[in-house]
Amino acid sequence: MKLTLKVWRQKDQESPGHFETYQANDVSPDMSFLEMLDVVNEGIIDRGEDAIAFDSDCREGICGTCSVVINGMPHGGHRATTACQLHMRHFTDGQTIYIEPWRAKPFPVLKDLVVDRAAFERIVQAGGFVSVRTGGTPDANAIPIPKEDADRAMDAAACIGCGACVAACKNASAMLFVAAKASHLNTLPQGKVEKDRRVLGMVAAMDKEGFGNCTVTGSCEAVCPKEISLDFIRQLNGEYLIASLKGK
Amino acid sequence: MNIVQRFFQTSLGKKYVMALTGLALAVFVVGHLIGNLQVFLGREMINAYGHFLQSTPELIWPARLGLLACVALHVWSAVRLSAENRAARPIQYSEAYKPIAASYASRTMLMSGLIIAAFIVYHLLHFTVQTQAINLTGKDFHTLMDAKGRHDVFAMMVSGFSNPFVSGFYVLAMTLLCLHLSHGLGALFQSLGLRNKAWSPVIERLGRRAAWIIWLGYVSIPVSILCGFGKEVMK
Ligand code: HEM
Ligand code: SF4
Ligand code: FES
Repeated sequence: MKLTLKVWRQKDQESPGHFETYQANDVSPDMSFLEMLDVVNEGIIDRGEDAIAFDSDCREGICGTCSVVINGMPHGGHRATTACQLHMRHFTDGQTIYIEPWRAKPFPVLKDLVVDRAAFERIVQAGGFVSVRTGGTPDANAIPIPKEDADRAMDAAACIGCGACVAACKNASAMLFVAAKASHLNTLPQGKVEKDRRVLGMVAAMDKEGFGNCTVTGSCEAVCPKEISLDFIRQLNGEYLIASLKGK
Repeated sequence: MNIVQRFFQTSLGKKYVMALTGLALAVFVVGHLIGNLQVFLGREMINAYGHFLQSTPELIWPARLGLLACVALHVWSAVRLSAENRAARPIQYSEAYKPIAASYASRTMLMSGLIIAAFIVYHLLHFTVQTQAINLTGKDFHTLMDAKGRHDVFAMMVSGFSNPFVSGFYVLAMTLLCLHLSHGLGALFQSLGLRNKAWSPVIERLGRRAAWIIWLGYVSIPVSILCGFGKEVMK
């Protein structure tokens, strides 16, 4: 396949960026999107130019570092798929592909397609943990947890912190991420005791970072590679309201 | 942070203000529709209803002030939240970006809302303050009286809506209101944490359906009048 790539190039955080056009010839449909970028980069390096910077680590859809907006859609817009797991067979010969970084004020572009997602870490530091040491592995069923609760917590815990939800949202809201991180602990007995403090702290941190507000459009859920449900945002809304009414 | 600050300063707090005032306004919209539909029960019914409202200031003034407060708070939080949303994405995507999964109604809430606000001002001047200059009929609505000496609400509605431009603006505003509600009625339950996986699709469907029923109800009045309903009072 032959493709035309329009890639966002930006020298560093301070410089303005622009789209640069590259031709990618000999793209195999079996390549992943990131492998395709690797091949393009080899050509760029051979010409003695600066390679396109993009984030990646596991390349198997579990770490959440590969953060690119492909043709306007975070991770390329395929159901439950990260950019590293996206195959070139989804594209057609001769297609033009726009490749850009996540766009949100709290995610400044460091270089080309690489953004700084430390804002997510600061939100987790504001409550996304259990304060006590939980010790070694407890006996099975020492703390009875209904299967539904365990499953629900597991669904929330699937969030890999990639930030695609923020990137897709017209308001650059981080609610899906924050809701997943809060709900995953709030649903289990070890986390429940700190529920109020957790939601108040995490929402305060989210606001401080400058993310937008949820208007229930559903874009986040549609692009989330881990299919985190909008229902976790509902849970966060309800838990934050209760914590506020308690006067905490 | 005390509870008042929390409701007016945090992101979720402002969403609660938005949802609660939106709910109150939606309840009013339904009540107002039921009141107005009495026009189809005849001149006597709607004039008696108008007279009842006018002669109970102890009911009508608290309601008016409450509604004004709701509109003010709703618009205030809408504008604040929208400004924050805009600031959260200073650099836009390329032309390849298209809204993903987001309905048209959900993307245009601020615009539909602002036009509704403009409509509310016109509507109050039209039928509450009865400013002659803006009703485009050349009549002074204050002087319309029925045989029992009550304000002739029926004649006012019929003359008011017999102008196609006025009726057209009402239909447009009601269409935008129902677009607003078709997203808002479902969203408010999400914002308040009052739904779950089983109820969410039901609530969203009922919300959209209710919005279009409200639209039908409101639009039926100017459209019927344009089609000749009540024209006997125009002689
Ligand atoms: C009769 C008048 C109105 C009614 C019945 C109404 C109703 C609602 C409802 C029920 C919601 C959902 C609340 C939520 O998201 O939780 C809402 C949201 C909203 N309204 Fe209104 N509204 C009215 C007027 C206005 C006006 C005048 C504005 C002008 C600024 C406005 C702007 C908004 C915005 C921006 C949202 C947020 C959208 C979202 O979060 O999805 N509304 N409205
Ligand atoms: S909620 Fe989904 S899209 Fe958002 S950070 Fe987590 S995994 Fe990524
Ligand atoms: S590189 Fe780890 S999820 Fe894509």
